[in-house]
Order: sequence, then C-alpha cells, then structure tokens
Amino acid sequence: MVETLVEPDAAAPVLDVRDLSLRFRGFDRDLLSGLRYSVRSGETLCIVGESGCGKSVASLALMGLLPPTAVEIGAADVRFCGEPLDLGDQARLRSLRGASMAMIFQEPMTSLNPAFRIGDQIAEAVMAHSGATPAEARERAVAMLRKVGIPAPEERLNEYPHQLSGGMRQRVMIAMALVNDPALLIADEPTTALDVTIQAQILDLIRDLQAETGMATIMITHDLGVVAEIATDVAVMYAGTIVEAGPVERIFNDPQHPYTIGLMSSVPRLSGPRQRLTTVPGTVPTPQTMPDGCRFSTRCPFARPVCATDPPEREFGAGHRALCHFAPLETMLERSA
Amino acid sequence: MLSFILRRILIAIPTILLISVFVFSLQKLLPGDPVLAMAGEERDPEVIAFLREKYRLNDPIPVQYAHWVGNAVRGDLGMSLRTNQPVLELIGEKLPVTIQLATMAMIFAMGIGIPAGILSAVRKGTVTDYVANVVALSGLSIPNFWLGIMLILLVSVKWQLLPASGYVPFADDPWRSVQVMLMPAFVLGTALAATLMRHTRSAMLTVLTSDYVRTARAKGLSERRVILKHAFRNALTPIVTLSALLFGELIAGAVLTEQIFTIPGFGKLVVDAVFNRDYAVVQGIVLVTAVGFIVMNLLADVAYVLLNPRLRSQT
Ligand SMILES: Nc1ncnc2c1ncn2[C@@H]1O[C@H](COP(=O)(O)OP(=O)(O)O)[C@@H](O)[C@H]1O
Ligand SMILES: [Mg+2]
Repeated sequence: MVETLVEPDAAAPVLDVRDLSLRFRGFDRDLLSGLRYSVRSGETLCIVGESGCGKSVASLALMGLLPPTAVEIGAADVRFCGEPLDLGDQARLRSLRGASMAMIFQEPMTSLNPAFRIGDQIAEAVMAHSGATPAEARERAVAMLRKVGIPAPEERLNEYPHQLSGGMRQRVMIAMALVNDPALLIADEPTTALDVTIQAQILDLIRDLQAETGMATIMITHDLGVVAEIATDVAVMYAGTIVEAGPVERIFNDPQHPYTIGLMSSVPRLSGPRQRLTTVPGTVPTPQTMPDGCRFSTRCPFARPVCATDPPEREFGAGHRALCHFAPLETMLERSA
Repeated sequence: MLSFILRRILIAIPTILLISVFVFSLQKLLPGDPVLAMAGEERDPEVIAFLREKYRLNDPIPVQYAHWVGNAVRGDLGMSLRTNQPVLELIGEKLPVTIQLATMAMIFAMGIGIPAGILSAVRKGTVTDYVANVVALSGLSIPNFWLGIMLILLVSVKWQLLPASGYVPFADDPWRSVQVMLMPAFVLGTALAATLMRHTRSAMLTVLTSDYVRTARAKGLSERRVILKHAFRNALTPIVTLSALLFGELIAGAVLTEQIFTIPGFGKLVVDAVFNRDYAVVQGIVLVTAVGFIVMNLLADVAYVLLNPRLRSQT
C-alpha cells in the first residue's frame, strides 16, 4: 500500500495542471477549456471566479471524482509530484485519493455519513491506505481530532455527525482529509456554508496545518479578502477558462484582464473590506450560450469584433499571464480612449 | 427506546378496537344466517332456537360485541361453527405454515430484489439497468397462478425435481419441509422481489448522489465499500420499512398460492371459513391479520428509529 504514496519532489510542483479540458456528455462545447495551473509544496493557490464557472468540476476531475460515464475528458496533461497523472486511471486515482491528495467540500452538514460515528469515518480513511489495525487507526483519529481543535476527542470520536455543529463537522472533514498527511489539499469553498466567526477559525486552522505539514493547498473561494490573506498565487476563472493567473500581489495590484479588473475595482488593494465576486454586470454564459472566441466578450466593456476569435495568452513576467486580445492593460485603455 | 415502543403500542390500541368493531358489524350486516346453515335441511325450530341461544345470537348487538371482545382479549375467539374446534387453535395450526411460506418468500424477494436494485442503481442507464427493470416489470405483471402452474408443469411434471404440492411440518423434517415449499415461496417471492428491486433502486439512486458518498470516494475507499457500506447503509431505511409491511401483506396474500400448491395454511383456512359462513373463524382470522399488520408496522417503525442515529438518541 505504501508504494502508492508519492514522495514529493522538492523541485517540481506538487500539482502541475498543464492542460485540462472536459465536457459533460451531451454538450458540444467544452465546459473547462485549456486549464493551466500549478501549486508547490507549502504554497497556496487560490482559484476565484463566479459561481458556476467550473471551479468544483475542475477539482473533482483532478481527484477522479466525476462519474466517468458523465464526462468526456478532452485533454489532460497533469503531473502530480513530478509524475504524469492519467485522469482515466481510476485505480491509481483511488490509491492517491485520501492518501496523497485530499479534498474538503463546501457542505459540512451533508458531507459526513449520518449513519456512522465520526471516529470510524476517520479511522476508515487511515485503514484504506495502510495496514493499520483498527486500534492504531483509532489512535490516529484521536490525534487528528485533537490537532483540528476538537475538545475531548476520545469522547467525540463516538459521536454521530448530527451531534456536531457545522464548524465542528468541517473540522472533522479536515481531520479526515489530512489524516494520511497528503501532499495536496483541495479545499472547495470550505467556509462558505459557515457563520462568519467560524469561517475565520476554519481558515486559520487550515493555514496552521499547512504551515506544519508543508502541504500544497488549492483554496477555492468567492472571498477576495480570503485570497488577500492566504494566497501565494491566484488563478481567476471565468466560464471554464483561466483568464488570468499569477502571484497574488500582481493580481491585486496590476490586474490585466478586464474581468479581473472588474473584480478588483471594488477591492482597493491587498487590504480593505472583504468583497464577494458580484461586481461585474451580467451573468456567466452557459454551455449553450457560450460565445465563440473570448468567453468573457459578452460582458466585456472593451469587447471588439476581434474578440470573437480565440484570445492569445500574454505573459507579463513572474508567471503572470492573461488571456485577452488587448492585454496588457495599457493597450486596452489606449484603444478605448 | 422502550418508552417509544410502549407509546406506539398504546397508539395501536384504538386502531385494533376500531378494526374489531368493523369486523364485528360487517359480520352482522352480511346476508345469510349461519344458524340456518348449521341447522341443516330440516330447519327444526327447536334446534334453531337452541343454536341461537348457544351462540348468544338473541342478545342485543352491543352486548354480543362486548361479549366477543371480552372473550377475544382472553384469547377465546369462539368455536368454529363447522368443525367445533376453538378458532384460536385452528389459527394456531395454520398460521405457522403460512409464516414459513411467507418467510421463505421474503428471503427470495430480498435475495433477488435488493442486489438487483443495487446493481441497477449503480449501473443506471446501462443494459444491466434496462434488463433488470424489464425483468422486474414482468415479475410484477405475471400473475402468480400462471407462474405457479408453469413451475409445476416444468419443475415437477417434466423434470420431476420438486413435489408439486403438499406440506411437511418444519419440525418433522426441516430439509424436506423447505424443499416442498421452495416453489410456492419462489412464486410468492418474485412479485415482491420486483417491488423491492424498484424501491431499492430509487433509494440507492438518491443516496449515491449524496455528499457523503462523494466524501467516501474522496477517502479512496474501494467502490464496493462505497456502495455496500456508505450508500447502502443509508438506503436501508426505506427498504427495511417496506419489507416489514410487505411481510404482513404476504401472509394475507398467500391465499391464491396456497390454493395452487394445496398447502394447508392460513389461506386455505380463510377460503373454507368464508365459503362455509364460519363467522367465528372469519372474525378470528381478520382480527389476527389486523393485529399482525399492526405488529409489522410497529416493527417497521422501530427499525426506522434503530437505523437512524439521530432518532435513536432522541427516543
Ligand atoms: N453533472 C453535470 N452535468 C452537466 N453539467 C454540470 C454537471 N455538474 C456541473 N455542471 C455544470 O458545470 C458548471 C460548473 O459547475 P461548478 O464547477 O460546480 O461551478 P463552481 O465554479 O461554482 O464550483 C455549472 O454551470 C454546472 O451547470
Ligand atoms: Mg463549487
């Protein structure tokens, strides 16, 4: 079992998505198109974007959690810990899931199985990937519950999910995800469903655990305040494409894509009040209404006829890139003046 | 838990009383006079008067009812007008036969219906799912008597593998007893298997899209464990509830199958009693059946609570 755990290669990113395109069967346009992002050990990549733009689908695809019968993966050039990862290889993905790549979800109230004790649910994750005895797995579960800040873990172990609050359940989910010390954690809006006061605690917890274990983290969030606080890098997603990506300071201080600019316009800089991503007028196109060329063109104030063709990817150094005919920003402002 | 069961039993009492009133009055409203039937061709007025007195048929109806209920509570359901045996004894003789038949039918139904339901949910939209649904639909629409006769023709007459009819008490020769009942149990079980399959399928489909099943997969558990442990455990509640209720129906519904395979069970008792206007027996049977239904309902409720940790801790 141990050979399935991948030793992190210090030089390579933990997760390196070089190209990822997929569609749900029955649709004739790709839902995700040419995604590219990577995250290194100890770093945090924040993926931001409006609801429905494909953030969850992308993460689930990487974890192998989309039903193979429902999706068609067009392109998938993905490396995990320096090795190619075949998203069609169910057996390999299963051996990685919960062991070297873990995921926590948006809905702590429904993500735990209501029929089983939380201790057993965590211990099960340990036993699935090692030869640990039930007693050893239980011990790991207690230690992990203590680590995620659950008081009296020996007793809590025997409780059922309904006996815990939402915040506690998310802590249990985190304990379950991290119990095998994964190299990568994908957190899909882990605080969206929680009270504001609890949100900060959960984020702090994830940050502390990351500092301790050095895992790479992908944080999916709506909350630009969270991004400013924890991100090393940011990927801005729009309608299944990454329209802009780069180091967090670049994205906040020098956004290049009109969509990012729209998002940032209400957030002064790296500080200031938290903002939700609702500042750009209009709605995300569905696969049926997806325009040709630039997917943002239907809402872009700078859109020109040329936007009906695929936009080029422009690089601005330090890994900062944007997908737009008119980037960098200066070009755009000149033309619209 | 105990107080929950007691509470449920208390709630059942008015139901049983209501059923007893219904059973008793239906009896009185039915055409045909049992005494005339018993008195035979001559209809001797003295014999008729004697019988009326003996069975208290001259008392006002509420008095007759009170008397009947009073006796019933003490386990005295009266005497069969026909065989002069105590009704309870008759039922006690025939009921175990039918319970054995129903239990075996239930094993068939669950053994076929639940795995088929799980499989067709997991393979939703595939050929497997389609075939399972077509078979289930045929299982529901093939009449029991036809299936029974076909089985007798094939298995007993043509291949001579199993006896076509009869009954061997389980206590006398368990192996032979089970063997003899194999075919009728299968016939009775198939229609239920179809019902169970469809319910299992829909319960599993709901559960398979739940967040906790996704979590189980995210842990890297095998697909088998995800389906049989994490999903099935949560689909179990409606399945167990349904099974308990179906079992009650099985006992009542065994009549036809018992006739086909000439099994001396509850079904035969019902048919004989109704045709002979053996009122006491009919009353007893209806009452016992009703109580049986209520008990199965109670068991279904208890199972429902036991299967749900949240409810379990509240009761
Ligand atoms: N099973 C599915 N079949 C077809 N479309 C789907 C399915 N699941 C998700 N989608 C579509 O994928 C898009 C992206 O969803 P999602 O990744 O959940 O967005 P978000 O960025 O909010 O996480 C949505 O528009 C949704 O309609
Ligand atoms: Mg999402």
